[in-house]
Amino acid sequence: MDMRPDPLIMMTTQAQAPTTTPTKVAAKNVNVYYGAKHALKDVSVDIPEKSVTAFIGPSGCGKSTFLRCINRMNDTVASCRVEGLIQIDGKDIYDPALDPVQLRARVGMVFQKPNPFPKSIYDNVAYGPRIHGLSKSKVELDQIVESSLRKASLWEEVKDRLNDSGTGLSGGQQQRLCIARTIAINPEIILMDEPCSALDPIATARIEELMEELRHNFTMIIVTHSMQQAARVSQRTAFFHLGILVETGSTSDIFTNPTDKRTQDYITGRFG
Amino acid sequence: MSEHIVKSYEQELAGLDDKISQMGGLAEQLVGEAFDSLASHNPARARATVASDATIDLLHRELEEQVILMIARRQPLANDLRQVISVLKVAGELERVGDLAKNVAKRAQAISGETHPKGLLTGLQHMTDLASRQLKDVLDAYAARNPERAMQVWRQDENLDAVYNSVFRELLTYMMEDPRNIGLCTHLLFVAKNLERIGDHTTNIAETVTYMTRGSLPEGERPKGDLTSSTLMSGPIR
Ligand SMILES: Nc1ncnc2c1ncn2[C@@H]1O[C@H](COP(=O)(O)OP(=O)(O)OP(=O)(O)O)[C@@H](O)[C@H]1O
Ligand SMILES: [Mg+2]
Repeated sequence: MDMRPDPLIMMTTQAQAPTTTPTKVAAKNVNVYYGAKHALKDVSVDIPEKSVTAFIGPSGCGKSTFLRCINRMNDTVASCRVEGLIQIDGKDIYDPALDPVQLRARVGMVFQKPNPFPKSIYDNVAYGPRIHGLSKSKVELDQIVESSLRKASLWEEVKDRLNDSGTGLSGGQQQRLCIARTIAINPEIILMDEPCSALDPIATARIEELMEELRHNFTMIIVTHSMQQAARVSQRTAFFHLGILVETGSTSDIFTNPTDKRTQDYITGRFG
Repeated sequence: MSEHIVKSYEQELAGLDDKISQMGGLAEQLVGEAFDSLASHNPARARATVASDATIDLLHRELEEQVILMIARRQPLANDLRQVISVLKVAGELERVGDLAKNVAKRAQAISGETHPKGLLTGLQHMTDLASRQLKDVLDAYAARNPERAMQVWRQDENLDAVYNSVFRELLTYMMEDPRNIGLCTHLLFVAKNLERIGDHTTNIAETVTYMTRGSLPEGERPKGDLTSSTLMSGPIR
């Protein structure tokens, strides 16, 4: 174990060392192809539970592709082929006996582009809890909807128009609606693909506060193009480049003293 | 090292290094001049030395402001972050070196009328040479981003400590020989202590160079040779 003092951890009050927590998601030699395009090359990584892991890297390097492997979203892409092993709690999630719909109830995802259902704001959030039978009564469902919208810091803006269509919201509001929809089903793992790219600094801070709160009970993986956001919210950071996982480490090491020159050049804004 | 995509960022970082080298050059010069004004009994020169410390202080303040602004505007990371933090630390050390040299010059003014016992100045001259050389070497190591060279300076501080010990003993001997020497020797003792402290600031800079280039501080304890805190001279009590 790395015994060096962890500067970021010392500066904030985040207590436990992230490296000691058990693995929630394990990927071993994962390769992904879109037709002939080799999008992810031999990616192996352990993602610890109850923490935030950030995926960073230049556009097109395969971050979203890898994220989509973890809840088998790639199954829906016809040209996509996934090889290798991905385990959650030690169980192969590509096991043919496993139901992808059940998997996606455990692994929630917030997409890069907000994609609310063409339904009311209320129904967008209530949809998951309804199909998974998470509430026994209308009152209970109302509570889930309200608390999810509050956590996603959207409640105050929409509480008087819950029956309006979700697609009528602004881009940033739609994104927060999708976050509310994801957390409403209480998933074990939450995947977030650039969740704050359309949000103002206050909404961003609220989402980051939410991540900080959620990470005590959930495993979060976030893709972000903001180095500062990765440094703020995550305990571990993984850097992808051209389909390769170049470096994984504690966030404090990656942002103060990365091992690989490609990581350093990328995060400091230099030519690679 | 590849260049930043944003050229103005690259220029700002280079600008910090320019200021460090300017401050370092001045600090080196001040140390030499302070001793020369002492050795040559030249109060006018000593006054000029005291005055030029203000330039170092000014550069220090400018660097601090620049670094704070860069952290706010550019949010440096990795090696850039280590550089701006290191600039802040090195500038602080150089500012202290300037203060110590200024103090030597002030003492030079105070004792310019007195004749110094010949042997004593030899020891102080030696300390000044060592301190200046160490300072120059560590600034070169900084500019060249060379941690090995910095570590060499770090280890060699022991030599300065050793000379300090002998100067210390020598001064005690003079004071015991004739109490009329005590006034002068006390000033010279502080001069020696200042030079020894300049060596310590130099080793701090060496550690910062190691941090800046390697991302970690040097391993182990620095060899330390200053024994004066436990030195006693037994002699006749009058
Ligand atoms: N559905 C698809 N069909 C064909 N190629 C795809 C598909 N999705 C992604 N790719 C290709 O796979 C590679 C990785 O894409 P991916 O979307 O994972 O990148 P990313 O790291 O998420 O980039 P960004 O930061 O821009 O979102 C890219 O070269 C992309 O063109
Ligand atoms: Mg993407």
